[in-house]
Amino acid sequence: MELIVDIEKKLQDFYLKVNFKCNNSILGLLGESGSGKSMTLGCIAGLIKPDKGNIILNGRTLFDSEAKINIPIKDRRIGYLFQNYALFPHMNVEKNIGYALSKSSASERKRIIDEMLNIMQIENLRKRYPHELSGGQQQRVALARALAVNPEALLLDEPFSALDNHLRNIMVKQMSNTLSKYNGVTLFVTHNMDEAYELCENLVIISKGRKSGEGNKKNIFKNPPSLACARLTGCNNISEVKLLSPGVIKALDWNLEIKLPEDICKNITHVGIRAHHIRLAECEEENIFHCYPIYTCETPFRRQVYLKLNEFYNINDDYDLIWDMPSEEWNKIKDKPVPWRISLEKDKIIIINEKESFANLL
Amino acid sequence: MNFDLSPLWISSKTAITSTIITFFLGIAAARFMKNKKGKFKVFFDAIFTLPMVLPPTVLGFFLLVTFGKNGPIGKILFSLGIRLIFSWPATVIAATVVAFPLMYKTTAGALEQIDENILNAARTLGVSEWRIFWTVAFPLALPGIASGTVLAFARALGEFGATLMLAGNIPGKTQTIPIAIFFAVEGGDMSTAFNWVFIIFLLSLVVIILTNYWTTHGTRKVTTGGRR
Repeated sequence: MELIVDIEKKLQDFYLKVNFKCNNSILGLLGESGSGKSMTLGCIAGLIKPDKGNIILNGRTLFDSEAKINIPIKDRRIGYLFQNYALFPHMNVEKNIGYALSKSSASERKRIIDEMLNIMQIENLRKRYPHELSGGQQQRVALARALAVNPEALLLDEPFSALDNHLRNIMVKQMSNTLSKYNGVTLFVTHNMDEAYELCENLVIISKGRKSGEGNKKNIFKNPPSLACARLTGCNNISEVKLLSPGVIKALDWNLEIKLPEDICKNITHVGIRAHHIRLAECEEENIFHCYPIYTCETPFRRQVYLKLNEFYNINDDYDLIWDMPSEEWNKIKDKPVPWRISLEKDKIIIINEKESFANLL
Repeated sequence: MNFDLSPLWISSKTAITSTIITFFLGIAAARFMKNKKGKFKVFFDAIFTLPMVLPPTVLGFFLLVTFGKNGPIGKILFSLGIRLIFSWPATVIAATVVAFPLMYKTTAGALEQIDENILNAARTLGVSEWRIFWTVAFPLALPGIASGTVLAFARALGEFGATLMLAGNIPGKTQTIPIAIFFAVEGGDMSTAFNWVFIIFLLSLVVIILTNYWTTHGTRKVTTGGRR
């Protein structure tokens, strides 16, 4: 089971150029909206024709610009779960699932439909029409329809973006369950890092049409290989840096001098720190900085504090760092006298080498 | 009172025949145009729509030149012993040409409205374009196609100018209701004219009511394949 993609396409806003391999484990394409990830899926399914490159599924060439091969959509054997599910509105659930099984005998068709309804736990919905179903049910029907023809690959295009939070969590679980039984190539496109992390083993990060990182999800989240990766994996605090002396860098955007182990300082262009990794300094330790809270945002259980470093001047609500903490912690520190002393721990600081990551990928 | 009903039969026959022809031609043209792009599309769309904007007499003139004894098609037909102009088939040709743009435009519009993802979903399932068209696109466009058909029928029924040019006014043969009205009024026979006007009026009313019924009560609820 292997899907190899290496395509280029000129688009209005940018040039799409991505290459990756996908095998048994689910591969996630993580990128902002409009980064070209859905376009990539379209190219693989055959909905869109790339300008250059090739697409190979299980040794079968689906597209090759040089050999002038472009297999039509219907012969690619690639299932596609559309963002809006794209069910046939004039057919009930049963007919939707069985639509493409016209070549099978009636009994075979019935067997597959029953099996699919059973896997998706939607037996009770078989006579319903799409407009009578909830978003989650529609998604299950769409997935059943795609899997009914036993495709060699399954492409999921932001399947959870239409669902509310509670339902989304349930559906991600179910999807994960269903996909674990599916033995084809699965490609999952999303802009949501939580979904990507939960559903996929490996990730490819796409930014402005380019691949800006790939690898095991744990690695990508721990050591984002590029700026785009850091942002997409939820790192809010990023600064450009300059090397001052071995072991000391200057974070230009924050105007801070940070001490880091010498060996990692060499090829560093940016540093970042996740908002929840900032903590109040306890005793004397390295990398402690003074800061002033500018304003805060409250969510039900957490508090985001916008900090200004070094000095307190409040023009345009200008801030340097976002600090994210549980409400309990906020209650403890909110009345402490300013400036607060915060610590940026060495092993929590994200080291980014943007030059190198670009050099590798271009 | 001696009221000759033949225009009603001729009109009905003509309108029904040309509606059937237009139905298939219009759908074929709309389907043909569906995936075309660029200049090619603009050109063909203009050609297909032209009969709607040209004055019927101009259209009749073109048809007469084309199907006349010395016209490109008329010549061939004449050599086969078929004389088309001033015959009943001429009324069908005139009505078909005039009604075609309505059928084509409405159908094309209805096909355009279909969520492309729904058709793409069918394609990824490995289904042929032909089957997708008849089992997905056609049913989803049905309300539009139905109202296009009704409009085409109404237009064919009311056709006057091109019919007169191509088929003339031969009572019992090519005299349709609109032509009968014109010649009745011209001959001062107002009561006959009133009768025909009343009949056309009724028919048109029914057509409008049917169209409205189909567009509002049609399968509106099923025009999207997913979340709304």
